[in-house]
Amino acid sequence: MAKIESSFLDLGYLDSLAYRDSPIHRLDPRIKLITTLLFIVCVVSFGKHELSALLPFAIYPVMLLALAKLPPGYILRKLLLAAPFALCIGVFNPLFDRATLLHIGSLEISGGWISFASLMLRFVLTVSAALILVACTGFDSLCLALARLGVPSAFVVQLLLLYRYLFVLTDEAMRLARARSQRSFGRRGRELPVIASMLAQLLLRTLDRAQRIYLAMQCRGFDGELRLLRPLRIGTTDVVFLIGCTTALLGLRFADQAPALGDAIGGRLSW
Amino acid sequence: MHMADALISPLVGGVMWGVSAAVTAYSARKIKAGTDEGVVPLMGVLGAFIFAAQMINFSIPGTGSSGHLGGGMILSILLGPHAAFLTMASVLTVQALFFADGGLLALGCNIFNLAFLPCFVAYPLIYRTIVGAHASEKRVRVASIIAAIVGLQLGALAVVLETFFSGVSELPLTTFLLLMLPIHLAIGIVEGLLTAAVVTFVGKARPGALATTAAGPAVAPLGSGRLLARWLLLAAITGGLLSWFASTRLDGLEWAIFHSSGKEALSAPATAAHSLAAALQERTAVLPDYSFRPAVEGSEAGEVAATSGEEEKQWPDVNLATSFSGLLGAALSMLLAGLLGFILLRLRQRP
Repeated sequence: MAKIESSFLDLGYLDSLAYRDSPIHRLDPRIKLITTLLFIVCVVSFGKHELSALLPFAIYPVMLLALAKLPPGYILRKLLLAAPFALCIGVFNPLFDRATLLHIGSLEISGGWISFASLMLRFVLTVSAALILVACTGFDSLCLALARLGVPSAFVVQLLLLYRYLFVLTDEAMRLARARSQRSFGRRGRELPVIASMLAQLLLRTLDRAQRIYLAMQCRGFDGELRLLRPLRIGTTDVVFLIGCTTALLGLRFADQAPALGDAIGGRLSW
Repeated sequence: MHMADALISPLVGGVMWGVSAAVTAYSARKIKAGTDEGVVPLMGVLGAFIFAAQMINFSIPGTGSSGHLGGGMILSILLGPHAAFLTMASVLTVQALFFADGGLLALGCNIFNLAFLPCFVAYPLIYRTIVGAHASEKRVRVASIIAAIVGLQLGALAVVLETFFSGVSELPLTTFLLLMLPIHLAIGIVEGLLTAAVVTFVGKARPGALATTAAGPAVAPLGSGRLLARWLLLAAITGGLLSWFASTRLDGLEWAIFHSSGKEALSAPATAAHSLAAALQERTAVLPDYSFRPAVEGSEAGEVAATSGEEEKQWPDVNLATSFSGLLGAALSMLLAGLLGFILLRLRQRP
């Protein structure tokens, strides 16, 4: 319970990061969204045994973290919270793929371990990129970007409304859950009938709330659409950022610089 | 249940994005065309309700674990399929962005698995069929349970197929299915029981609440036929695309095997599809190829006829130099990135 409560507090914290100011925060949200998607596609487009070409991609989240002054420890914690599913599936790779692929000294490393490491690395890269996108853009601006990029307005309105009521209703649920745990001493009160009536109560309150909101919105002239009036302008900085990131990402994708660097430094070391 | 970006390939992610985007656009048009705009705030608040409901978890009888409401089926019953689909898609989007549940590229997959399948397949084909015209309490209960189970089983199946076609995981198809389906059978039963209990409770406590929402967008028998046709078409397109991908993948695999067993140029079908898939697979295929080739060229042609077993043992060894320097270089570049970030952070903190 405490864990969920804190993860919802986190939700507000992630959004509050978006109100900070930095060169990255000032970029147009559309640019950031497109760059993030390109980054993710580049990362997942590698073969499953690729490891060395993936590592340099870490430069993108690291640079953004630094430039946007985001707390790395926080992003790391979020990563750990989300890791289990990828971990559960990835952990089977070493079991099924036992062919040796790499020797380091007398140590034999099977293909399964390499693809497992590759999978976890992809996970870290893609998830941190998405988290950083939200942390330096904010949900409202992202929705605005989506609308401008042609996402149906009904869906964008839905996202905005959902986000607005998320906090209200989680508070409501929290009150219900707290009341239950105070009366049930931890263990009882978690049976299906109890939960069902709690959820139903929550649903009834939700429906009432929706009705009130709808009436209030109608009074103010709601016609099924939310109008977002914030101006969005793509300036020189945005274009430079987009071109720079695209070149860098495509460069990293199609020309693996790592072996050359490794040769240069590694050769010198052994020499 | 949420697919992660790390588990899918760009092609699978892209196809599922396309399918989900098409259904989103279709549903959005349906909602706009609908006369009842009261459904829009209802969708927003019910989306938030799904989040809130997931916070109240309960213990599954007989096991130590706990479960929570998934959402697709109850939303369909309350809102009808189109609005429920949009609501579920928005919930998944927020989960992907804020909770790192799933990812941006995997969002298409997740929307398909957890929104499309329950709302457009399980709800109209199973729930509506069982409940029929006169919704008695017993029928609603049975229908919600069966529909929730079927929806989740389909979702689990889709997760397995998407992972399999992406080729990132080594899990064999059957093993993965045997892992996923029973787990989701249990989750489905629980979700069904919960959905049924909530729906009947609300139906009793406030008969109006369900009637108003179900009356408008409920799929008319005539509409469900068209819906079914659309769905079948979509399934056919998706299936076609996926199986095309699967066959090109096998080609790629055979290609690599041929190379590692020392046989000369395999005449791969030079279709656009193949070259696209080959380009995507470039990294896997090129790596063994590169390190293998010098060994062949360096040796006499006669040695090429060595047994495939020997060759297979050989290529990883040849790989050593490039792989190791690659790893070293990559580690160094990461270190460099970290250092750069650290310096930037320091510089920015100073003024």
